[in-house]
Amino acid sequence: MEDPLVQIGAQIIPFFLLMLMGFIVGTTIESNHYREIRKREAQTRHLPTISFRRPPPSWQITSTALVHGNTVVSIDYFKRFLAGLRAITGGRITSYESLLDRARREALLRMKASAIENGFDAIVNVRLETARLANSSRNGQGTAGVEIFAFGTAVKLAS
Amino acid sequence: MILSNTEDVPGQEIREFYGIVTGSSVRAKHIGRDFMAGLKNLVGGELTGYTELLQEARQEAIDRMIEQARSTGANAVVNVRFSTSSVAQGAAEIFAYGTAVQVE
Repeated sequence: MEDPLVQIGAQIIPFFLLMLMGFIVGTTIESNHYREIRKREAQTRHLPTISFRRPPPSWQITSTALVHGNTVVSIDYFKRFLAGLRAITGGRITSYESLLDRARREALLRMKASAIENGFDAIVNVRLETARLANSSRNGQGTAGVEIFAFGTAVKLAS
Repeated sequence: MILSNTEDVPGQEIREFYGIVTGSSVRAKHIGRDFMAGLKNLVGGELTGYTELLQEARQEAIDRMIEQARSTGANAVVNVRFSTSSVAQGAAEIFAYGTAVQVE
């Protein structure tokens, strides 16, 4: 006869280990990612990214192209657990907010990078889209991730 | 072929309209990628495999749209839009559409 405490422990310990791992690794990845995002945003600030539907009439445009960037992100085990708790009391789920913020900024940066790479001077009519991807495990109920897609029209200006 | 998500091609004028052109691509994730994404789900962050998968799917949808536009004799597609839907477990459809036009 096994000790019931051992049985309960065997069920709870892996759960806590996963949570701890999710917490440590997830937090490290997030802070590294934010540092990198801020650096790249500073590097690409010279490229105007405008959400207006048309470029300003004063611009002399010589060529245009569609540019885009995407990111698929998912949340860590620990934060998912916290978000589950938060659903009881309601209110802000900060961990999801920061995840989506990172994903949007990353997608915008990739879009800007592809415009810079091809020698464009600005991006107009920038649009952002969000789509949830279903997971194939757990009958498609688990959240595999969220895709953020940024796109816009890159323009070259006559100098 | 000029692509743009604005209502005209900036700096050029539309001479003729050829109507809506579309392109789509349905992709499923392969087991390896899905497995890695499952692991990544523990720690969170970017699922690079899926990012690449959707990138490829979107490029294919765009290519098909361009193909269709070319067959109508257009030289540009304006007001390009995208949509994504999960059609089945582990599969996603990427759809691109726009208006094929002749610009000068």
